[in-house]
Amino acid sequence: MSSANNLKKSLLVLALATTLAACSDNDNDPVVEEPVVVEPIVVEPVINEFTITFSNLTAGQPLSPLSVIAFEDEAPWTFGTTASVGLEMLAESGANEEYLSYESALATVSAEGGIGPGETTTVIISVEDQETLNLSFAAMLGNTNDTFTGLSLVDVSSLEVGDSLMSTTVAYDAGTEANTETAETVPGPAASGEGFNEIRDDTADIITMHPGIVSNQDGLSTSALGVEHKFDNPVSKIVITRTQ
Amino acid sequence: MKASTLTIAILLAAASQSTVAAELDLKVTNLTKGIHFTPLLITAHNNEDTLFEVATEASTALQTMAEGGNIEELVAQATAAGSDMAANPAEGLLAPAASTTATLSTTDGNEYLSLTAMMLPTNDGFVGLNSWKIPTEAGTYTINLNAYDAGTEQNNELVVEGSGAPGTPGIPAAPGGDAGTGGTGILSGDTNTNIHIHPGSLGDDDLEAGNSDLSNTVHRWLNPVAQLTVTVK
Repeated sequence: MSSANNLKKSLLVLALATTLAACSDNDNDPVVEEPVVVEPIVVEPVINEFTITFSNLTAGQPLSPLSVIAFEDEAPWTFGTTASVGLEMLAESGANEEYLSYESALATVSAEGGIGPGETTTVIISVEDQETLNLSFAAMLGNTNDTFTGLSLVDVSSLEVGDSLMSTTVAYDAGTEANTETAETVPGPAASGEGFNEIRDDTADIITMHPGIVSNQDGLSTSALGVEHKFDNPVSKIVITRTQ
Repeated sequence: MKASTLTIAILLAAASQSTVAAELDLKVTNLTKGIHFTPLLITAHNNEDTLFEVATEASTALQTMAEGGNIEELVAQATAAGSDMAANPAEGLLAPAASTTATLSTTDGNEYLSLTAMMLPTNDGFVGLNSWKIPTEAGTYTINLNAYDAGTEQNNELVVEGSGAPGTPGIPAAPGGDAGTGGTGILSGDTNTNIHIHPGSLGDDDLEAGNSDLSNTVHRWLNPVAQLTVTVK
């Protein structure tokens, strides 16, 4: 690169630095030796805080720790589409680390632990104010192959402090594992089988509603599950309250 | 002669004056994991001419749809009733998790929506919406739809070619290609011959024998089985 070009570039950088004032950390620029530091106007970000209660409405399905993801545009899972590996892991094993590393997330949080039938858990998520703000929820039904519940997208942009939204949720099939119900493949306490397996062997690799548990008492002789593991919709209740 | 000409003229004038009451965008999504829908029929109708009524006996037209997927008779009935309709928007089967869209302009007085489509593989199961009042306020409305049993055929769960004709027992087809053969037939004690909520398919775990030709891990469902989104413009 010629020195003339270098100078030109440096001048441009200097001009930009002066104009923008706050951009004073061009540490790879030898010309600006004493940058003028102008205190930027600090705008305190407005924090929205949401308190979520999550109740397990099933007869005998433990629910894995609730995952909550705040996002702007693209939901972490969508009905009728192929599950991400993160959702596959969540739906097959209950583990949500990969799912919560969702790249379009503005904020994520996991409930501290799973909840048994009839139990309720509370989780709080804080996120900077956005023009468009959505929340997404997911948790595994533990005594199944790849069943999860949740809400793909809840628009909370216009929720005022003190306001609440309530929704019940249905059971979804991640479409990533065949519903064999065998002891080897159901990770929950009813079987203690394998959790995540990257092989996708379901009838179609898309998220649909779940057809329900058959069980060994209703015609599936190889099932490790009993009638107490059956569920019907809805399977959970979610209340979102904006608390800040 | 003169009077009847006048009457016709008045009738024609009245017909041309019938105004568009609502412009609707419709979207139907099959929520199930293993059930296909035969051609959908969505009608906007007055408070009498619904496609079906729960807890009453199915019409022959509804039976024809529920047992074989044929909507011709229902379309003829709806046409005679002056209903507005979207017939077969998916142009064939609507697969699990698939969606289809339609637009519907309703005429004055047609203030209710109904919907039907047979569920395959079932004997006489159908997804239905019965006389949903169309809101006058613009907006998007989401309705969850349940599975109904037409009450016109025993749910023997046997796949039998040609059984789509009304009165011929059996399931006419399993579009997913995942049903079995050689079942002995479910003997159900369901004696409700009126339209009712479908109790669900049983299936079994043997595709070459057993009671049912259906698979109990593939062909069951839980309600709701479909979602209808209505945008009132």
